[in-house]
Amino acid sequence: MSNEQGSGLARYVLGRLAQAAFVLWAAYTLSFLILWSLPGNIIANITGGQATDLTKEQISKIESTWGLDDPLWLRYLNSLGRALHGDFGISFATQQPVSRLVAQSIPPTVAIAGLGFLFALVFGVGIALAATRARWRWLSGLLLALPPLGVAIPSFWLGLLLIQFFSFAIPIFPSTGNDGFVSAVLPAITLAVPTSALIAQLLASGLQQALAQPYADTARAKGASASRVQLRHAFRNAVLPALTVSGLVVGGLLAGSVVTETVFSRNGIGRVTASAVSAQDVPVVQAVVVFASVVFVLVNLIVDLVYPLLDPRIVTVRRRRLPVTPIPEGV
Amino acid sequence: MSESTVVNAALGSAPAHGRPESAEDAAEHTGGRIASVLSYLRARPGLVAAVIWIVLLVLAALAPTLFTGTDPLESVALPRTAPSAAHVFGTDDIGRDLFARVVHGTRLSLGAAALAIAIGVVVGTVLGLLAGYLGGWVDAAVMRMVDVLLSIPAILLALALVVALGFGTVNVAIAVGLTSIAGNARILRSEVLRVRNSTYVEAARAGGARPVRVLVRHVLPNSITPLLALIALDFSSAILAISSLSFLGYGAPPPTPEWGALVSGGRDFLASAWWMTTLPGLVIALTVLAGNRLSRAFTGEGTLR
Repeated sequence: MSNEQGSGLARYVLGRLAQAAFVLWAAYTLSFLILWSLPGNIIANITGGQATDLTKEQISKIESTWGLDDPLWLRYLNSLGRALHGDFGISFATQQPVSRLVAQSIPPTVAIAGLGFLFALVFGVGIALAATRARWRWLSGLLLALPPLGVAIPSFWLGLLLIQFFSFAIPIFPSTGNDGFVSAVLPAITLAVPTSALIAQLLASGLQQALAQPYADTARAKGASASRVQLRHAFRNAVLPALTVSGLVVGGLLAGSVVTETVFSRNGIGRVTASAVSAQDVPVVQAVVVFASVVFVLVNLIVDLVYPLLDPRIVTVRRRRLPVTPIPEGV
Repeated sequence: MSESTVVNAALGSAPAHGRPESAEDAAEHTGGRIASVLSYLRARPGLVAAVIWIVLLVLAALAPTLFTGTDPLESVALPRTAPSAAHVFGTDDIGRDLFARVVHGTRLSLGAAALAIAIGVVVGTVLGLLAGYLGGWVDAAVMRMVDVLLSIPAILLALALVVALGFGTVNVAIAVGLTSIAGNARILRSEVLRVRNSTYVEAARAGGARPVRVLVRHVLPNSITPLLALIALDFSSAILAISSLSFLGYGAPPPTPEWGALVSGGRDFLASAWWMTTLPGLVIALTVLAGNRLSRAFTGEGTLR
């Protein structure tokens, strides 16, 4: 690697790190402004909706207990400083430290999200490969019709249908609960359907484009079998663009846990979120929003940092950017 | 290549704005147009079904009594009666007609989606236009903001907004609308850049057209289909998001019929009354599918030939 390439890479990595830090700070600030800038609302939330019955002294006592008598900018700076140390305050509803509440609820969600991701990968890649490989037009048409269906089905409805079929009609899996692998299967399928649809859609269009490229023709002309062209040549090129939606996929699994864990009455960060919203428990809601943003930004950062290793063009192309409107020659 | 052929080629790639020269030409043109629309639709039964479904929904939202004479809030039969000719969707746990509840819920669910789309499309369009048209620091500022908004999963951002605004259908709709602004702004911005740098706009400018004329005669007609596609897509995601939030219990309080809440109302009767969750959920899924199908018609295959 030459010196010039090295400095390009360093600039690329530093740029990505700075961008990630900025997005995280801005997401924290945004969620703070949304959730904390309505003071009357906050006191009603702390007391459980009875702010009107309180005397002036009671209100000011609550305000000083929760630090609400400070101006908004001071509270923002204080809370930002504490958040940097992993302290997101005390839950209004349970009076417990928010960080512990959120941290405790992560492992069960990771279990169904991880299994769901596995399912999504298998189904998404399987559908994309089968659809671009099928010899019959009707079969590939049928397979390509699945992803739009997958994104259109409301996941709360899908979860309830799965319970009807696989817990009541044919009792294979339990309808609710947190014990073991068996109870995680249906929630994981519920999370996997929209995710696999996204993967299948992206990968199928990438494969179709790649298979139409001259290098695919060259490989065929040199006598490579159809599956070799598809897997060795087209797939490698189609998978790269699909990597860029990793953040979206992981964020989607996390967000999907709110509905899924409610449907299957499972413990986890989604259930914590749903009950925090119901109780208008502002500190917990903010912590979840910031946590989701951290996960999204981290996944994207990892993809951004790994990408130049897989595709070196990303660093060099950025420096030799074309003008926005290329002027055609000879006019 | 001479200058005039370049301009002609550029204009040829844009939709024809020229008027037919004579009356016969006009008649032939409309006849041909109707025939081409019919053959376009005949090849796309899914699109026809989607349009019919949306029209039925709009009718149900405007005049629910066209479809059912039954009161959605009154018990009319035994609790949890299975679907039959008298009650096509069956009855719920206190004997209310489920079909009447779904039909009467259309106004609330569709109205909420319309409010969300109005907020998301208007604000998103303004931001996207400003960013794409002005460029420079405005563009940079708007797009950084969009990056930040997109870093928070949509449903979580909507939930935070619902906590701040309070519960209820209108607040849920506002939250979903605000959430969709970022994505819309990004799409609109790239659309503005595409049109601004297109050959036909360049050609019109080179031909001496004033900016207003370029905007009204060239940019606007070419931006309408992408905008319609965006609205159709926003409709689908708004229906999904609003019914999810109403399923979670943040929408209208009972007994108001709202699609997501109807599905949630059947949760405790999954084993004994499958229709209470399955049928209202099917209506939601079909509506989302119809919106997505319309959106696809406006984007990829939308051109009439």
